[in-house]
Amino acid sequence: MQPAHDLALLLARFQFAFTVGVHIIFPAFSIGLAAYLAVLEGLWLKTGRPVFLDLYRYWIKVFSIVFGMGVVSGLVMSYEFGTNWSVFSQKAGPITGVLLSYEVMTAFFLEAGFLGVMLFGMNKVGRGLHFAATCCVSIGTLISMTWILSSNSWMQTPRGYSIDPTTGRFMPADWLAIIFNPSFPFRLVHMGLAAFLSVAFIVGATGAWHMLKARREGRIASEPVRVMFSMAMWMAAIVAPIQIMAGDAHGLNTLKYQPAKIAAMEGDWTSEGRAPELLFGIPNMKEERTDYAVKVPLLGSLILTHSLEGKVPGLKDFPRDQRPPSPVIFFSFRIMVALGMLMALVGFWSLWLRRNSTLFTNTLFHRVALCMAPAGFLALLCGWITTEVGRQPWTVYGLLRTSDSVSPIALSSMAVTMTAFVVVYVLVFGSGMGILVRLLGRAPQEGEHDTPPSHASDILAARMHPDVIDPSAGKGA
Amino acid sequence: MMDFAYWLPIVWAVILIAAISIYVILDGFDLGIGMLFALERDPGRRDVMVNTIAPVWDGNETWMVLGGAVLYGVFPGAYATLLPAFYLPIVLMLLALIFRGVAFEFRVMTRGTPRERLWTTGFMVGSGLAAFCQGAILAGVVQGVTVTDGAFAGGPLDWLTPFSILCGLSVMCGYALLGATWLIWRTTGVLEASCRRWAARLAVGLFLCIVAVSIWTPLLHAPYLRRWTAWPNMLFVAPVPVLVALLGGLMVMGLRRDHSKGPFLCALGWFFLCLSGLGITIWPYAVPPGLTLWDVSSPPSSQFFQLVGTAILLPIILTYTIYSYRVFRGKVTETDGYH
Repeated sequence: MQPAHDLALLLARFQFAFTVGVHIIFPAFSIGLAAYLAVLEGLWLKTGRPVFLDLYRYWIKVFSIVFGMGVVSGLVMSYEFGTNWSVFSQKAGPITGVLLSYEVMTAFFLEAGFLGVMLFGMNKVGRGLHFAATCCVSIGTLISMTWILSSNSWMQTPRGYSIDPTTGRFMPADWLAIIFNPSFPFRLVHMGLAAFLSVAFIVGATGAWHMLKARREGRIASEPVRVMFSMAMWMAAIVAPIQIMAGDAHGLNTLKYQPAKIAAMEGDWTSEGRAPELLFGIPNMKEERTDYAVKVPLLGSLILTHSLEGKVPGLKDFPRDQRPPSPVIFFSFRIMVALGMLMALVGFWSLWLRRNSTLFTNTLFHRVALCMAPAGFLALLCGWITTEVGRQPWTVYGLLRTSDSVSPIALSSMAVTMTAFVVVYVLVFGSGMGILVRLLGRAPQEGEHDTPPSHASDILAARMHPDVIDPSAGKGA
Repeated sequence: MMDFAYWLPIVWAVILIAAISIYVILDGFDLGIGMLFALERDPGRRDVMVNTIAPVWDGNETWMVLGGAVLYGVFPGAYATLLPAFYLPIVLMLLALIFRGVAFEFRVMTRGTPRERLWTTGFMVGSGLAAFCQGAILAGVVQGVTVTDGAFAGGPLDWLTPFSILCGLSVMCGYALLGATWLIWRTTGVLEASCRRWAARLAVGLFLCIVAVSIWTPLLHAPYLRRWTAWPNMLFVAPVPVLVALLGGLMVMGLRRDHSKGPFLCALGWFFLCLSGLGITIWPYAVPPGLTLWDVSSPPSSQFFQLVGTAILLPIILTYTIYSYRVFRGKVTETDGYH
């Protein structure tokens, strides 16, 4: 009985991690892209330069696909708390369920209500109202992020609750303390910047690809291509360094409230001052040491405490059954940091090239920018893994264990649905990625909106998005 | 405080039933249109069908997210027992809704490639499967769930009975009727004429389903029969069959006399009556036969905090939802997308 239960628990965790891991990409993409679209449309209205409208038309096609995938994968999440973690939702629902409801009412409806107008309504409602709709969708994505990160942060650093002695339920005592729990502001900023940065690198890579292609074909890249590449590189140059500072502040916050997570991230076993930083190593949970460690003296204390003498925690400070699995987050953390540094370097490089007026001609830089396309999303996923796996073995940190949170689902059911989820997600979201890559492989045109469509799919897309192709078609009902 | 703890769950039950009803009606015609793909093979007319709902389907589905979130925050005891009890049909429904949801974009983006058929079929089958699962899950709630110490204690296939299969098929039929009558309202020409034919048959089918489910339900549990016949519930139950028949008559008239909105409104009326009947039947239980609304409620501090927000936000949501429907009002035709 016990092994079956353990296996069911493992499958429940893996299923949740898999579905949320796929899901998180799309809302992050939507957050960044909706803001970008709002900026593009705002610039178009302000300056009247057609290039901004061209880019808006180009990226809104991508947005409609990404947003759709976010909606369907998100619907799964809103029920999966109950299907996989019924004991958790029974006990924490009075807090996390309420926060989720606020997310639905303040964000999801706002996004959905104005998405139709944003995608299909350009000729029906006038420019000002259409811009307002774009802004509503963008604001909706930001509100959504705020609530879900508040809820997630409450699970990391629970505050403002009392525990009902008879049922063991979390009873809300102070909603402000619940919502603005200690790790929430840091997580919100870090995640928001991550979403912007991820999209900046997708936009940048798309621009880079079309510049490389134009060069191969012996022509000069079109204005929309150059503008999007330049905008993306500004974002990289400005946001990546800020993100590193935000991440550092988040780390200090974690050190204060979840020291075991920091110890596991760093692969440190004994608590000490003047601690080294491990560049590499393989944490060994059984033997309580990190093998093959490559250390830089003093750097650990310096990074984590901003002082050479600062004391950093070690995993041995915590009982064995309260240690997060270090081998996972030791690496996910390092991959995230390395990608963050790379993104900042690309940003600095772009500034240098800009100064020398070679931003649009340096092919090596374009190749690098192309390779960096997934960098933001990979870093985001690694960061997510770090914070979630680092919360283990708890669902509500220090209060409710993951093993005590799981639903009474039969192992056989869990195995069947796990298989179904993997098959369907690979098929659907794999195809979605394919469609996105094809869309981005077509360069944005000058006059994107009124050139005759060149692909069969575009002719038919005109039916679906009549305004995107032909602004003269249709007027009010 | 005692009064609060008594009244808040009742208020929330009403809001939840309203949210579920809005979902069933709004996404009902979306899913119905998906199923009607089985009857309409012409690609142009299929596109018209999709175009009538493309700008609004996402908002419609959001009511289901709201239903899940409200259950989670306000009735966590129900959320935590019903979802494990209906684990398989819920996962199946969610996967079906994935195929339905991505089809809106994917069908167009893969136009002219072999993949297009996959997404068109996915739209059709996903819609039908989601409808069936929703009916079966509702039936499962009415049938009752095995609960021990506040947690689900039954088997993974407890929900699968002849009654739940009948309800699944009934909901498929009902959604298809909603879809057909919606298209009568929003389209013209050949498509509208076909929909009038389909709607007539679907209406007969749904009427028979309603009769069958109504006879079967009180036979499931003795308390249901007692509740239907007890005073003053009789007052609410007795007019229901009369109203169902009346709406059936209006439906037939509307379909024959080329009425545009009438059949859709009649279909809505049927759904309203069925959902009210469902509410009266299981009241005051959230998880029949053992857990009442109050057993599964979160503390009043949670329910009150959420109620304040809902009282402010729900009217705003309804306002801009109606606005967005108005932007895309009017008949949709094949040649020009939206008009």
